[in-house]
Amino acid sequence: MEEILQKILGAYRKNEGNIISILQDIEKAFGFIPEETVTWFSKKLDIPASRFFGTATFYSQFHLKPRGKNIITVCRGTACHVKGSEKLLNRLFLELDIPSDEETSTDSKFTIEKVNCIGACGIAPVTILNKEVLGKMTLDKLMKEVKKIKARE
Amino acid sequence: MDMDKDILIKVCTGTGGVASGSNEVLETFKGTISSAGIAASFSERCSAQRVGCRGFCAKDVLVDVIVNGEKTTYKHIKPDMVARIFDEHIMKGNPVTEWTVGEAYQAFHNKQTKVVLSHCGEIDPEDINAYIAIGGYEAARKALTSMSSKEIIDIIKESNLRGRGGAGFPTGLKWELCLRIKSDIKYVICNGNESDPGAFMDTSVMEGDPHSVIEGMIICAKATESHHGYIYTKAEYSLSVIRLQKAIEQCYERGFLEKNIFGTDFNFDLKIFQGAGAFVCGEATALMRSIEGKRGMPSSKMWRTAEKGLWEKPTVLNNVETFANIPKIILKGAQWFRQLGTERSGGTKVFSLSGTVKNTGLIEVPMGTSLREIIYDIGGGIEGGKACKGVHIGGPTGGFIPSELFDTEVDYESLAQAGSMMGSGGMVVLDETNCIVNTTKFFIEITQSESCGKCTPCRIGTKRMLEILERITTGRGKDSDLELLEELGQYIRATSLCGLGMTAPNPVLSTLRYFRDEYEQHIRNKKCPAAVCKDLITYSILEDICNGCGACKRICPADAVRGVRKKPHRINTELCVKCGTCFDACKFKAITKS
Repeated sequence: MEEILQKILGAYRKNEGNIISILQDIEKAFGFIPEETVTWFSKKLDIPASRFFGTATFYSQFHLKPRGKNIITVCRGTACHVKGSEKLLNRLFLELDIPSDEETSTDSKFTIEKVNCIGACGIAPVTILNKEVLGKMTLDKLMKEVKKIKARE
Repeated sequence: MDMDKDILIKVCTGTGGVASGSNEVLETFKGTISSAGIAASFSERCSAQRVGCRGFCAKDVLVDVIVNGEKTTYKHIKPDMVARIFDEHIMKGNPVTEWTVGEAYQAFHNKQTKVVLSHCGEIDPEDINAYIAIGGYEAARKALTSMSSKEIIDIIKESNLRGRGGAGFPTGLKWELCLRIKSDIKYVICNGNESDPGAFMDTSVMEGDPHSVIEGMIICAKATESHHGYIYTKAEYSLSVIRLQKAIEQCYERGFLEKNIFGTDFNFDLKIFQGAGAFVCGEATALMRSIEGKRGMPSSKMWRTAEKGLWEKPTVLNNVETFANIPKIILKGAQWFRQLGTERSGGTKVFSLSGTVKNTGLIEVPMGTSLREIIYDIGGGIEGGKACKGVHIGGPTGGFIPSELFDTEVDYESLAQAGSMMGSGGMVVLDETNCIVNTTKFFIEITQSESCGKCTPCRIGTKRMLEILERITTGRGKDSDLELLEELGQYIRATSLCGLGMTAPNPVLSTLRYFRDEYEQHIRNKKCPAAVCKDLITYSILEDICNGCGACKRICPADAVRGVRKKPHRINTELCVKCGTCFDACKFKAITKS
């Protein structure tokens, strides 16, 4: 871990980076922002940890908890909303047994996320399954995709 | 671009196209061209290339086949259809007519005037030579080698170009303010943090014609004497980031960026900054704080950002679309641009047309076009012949315009007068199956969660509005709620710090103005006329239509459907979670919402 952090620190110094770029690099390397990484940077750079957390919680890209192995993102843009994305989302939470107020299933296999808009409104409603954008989604199609992933796991 | 090839195949590779499988289609075309069965002399005449979004995403994957200058456009193309197109059309010269786009495609394009989008869908966005071949970087060369800052600004002022980010501030004036201030360091920023859900024009320009944005920025830098630039874009727009990055690298290789551009003594450096996901960062001051690495919170505008912007230095910030217009104005002249639009605003405006309209996609129309023309002539009307309720324009902080006012012409002033706003230009059409109160609640949910929390009216006001709407949509609304919403809305509008708060009540206020009866139905009759609000509807099975196929029973996640095979089924309303799955699954329309 130390090694990865050193690398991020190097890039920060080289590119005149800022807190956001550090957090982006941490998120990329670990999939979330582990607390100890923030303390490490806070000491190295003499910036209070609160500033890191303040920034991390402000932006939706950063996660303070580990995320599931499979990430299903449901677009909640207006076009997708009008075309029924709420229904897709509710059904996913039911199907994957995700406790209320949580995003990740207890077995850490699935995380469901909402995104405000990915800019593919012409093919709404849109879901992203592990980085693959799928347009014109229906409940039926989505459940089939979920079953496929479940079978793999 | 292969200009010497007489057979061109252009495949749409915008986000919509890629999601529909355009990369596979392109690879199949390329594979076919170079396959052993095709004579080498013939292969040499063909070129298959990727192009940006051409707007009509509903028909993706769109493929243009151009033989000797004659263009045929195919829709819904899959890799397994490539062989037939190649064999019949390209080899034998007979287009596969059953797969070509029909009249709807023509109608979609006929009323449009493409300025900003003129290159999207025509050239390979990842190839600087393709851009140069159609006159790219001519405008920047002209501006840098033969024009003074003042001359550039005069042309932009004369063209009547106004900021396409939504507020409509005259672009030339903004540049002039910045030029007047003397400073060693100045910045040019392109705002690509298009966070309005339902809007995708900026991403399409960044993906489909990234060089035009860069060229516009170079010209702006010259006009304002700035030497540093940033393109701020959302990390979610991964394809935009990749294409912009490539375009910037190509510019550095060619010497169009960095030092002594076009042999002059002018220097300009350009970087991409990837935002970390915050709606409010579309606001100029918040965006600058974000580049500085801080929380993206707006600050009060004691100074215009042209005086004190990024790191307290003079900064010009314009939207993607604004910059993409610049090279065209410089080349074709201010008068040409001015007469395209109305008296108050020149040029065209790109809108993303989505929702329940037949032809969803990206459109560009002259300022002053009526909403009716946009929705019925270009959009083709409402899907499935349903009744149109209205259109929501300008993102979550925009407003609704009911169908009775569809003769409204689109420009900054007339939209504001109708209670909506230009915003970034997202246009979402709603029909009778969409609940106005629910959709309004949806917008307030966004503004509430995206409020940065700095000022009280926005932080607490939007929360209270959301609670009231929550109450109304669950059947617990009171008569006094509507007046309270109006009062609250006016306070939030008047007292918030930044544009987000000031416009956040728009959806509430505009729907109360035009769709008050729908609110009253929810409050007094506890009914949702569009049958959307979960707590106000029940699902039931029409026993004389149900044939007991069991599709709903198998799919119900709550085991709420009971029945014996081939006999009418029933829904147990106590178990039903109202997810609507059975409603969609029933092929016989035996399930009703009421």
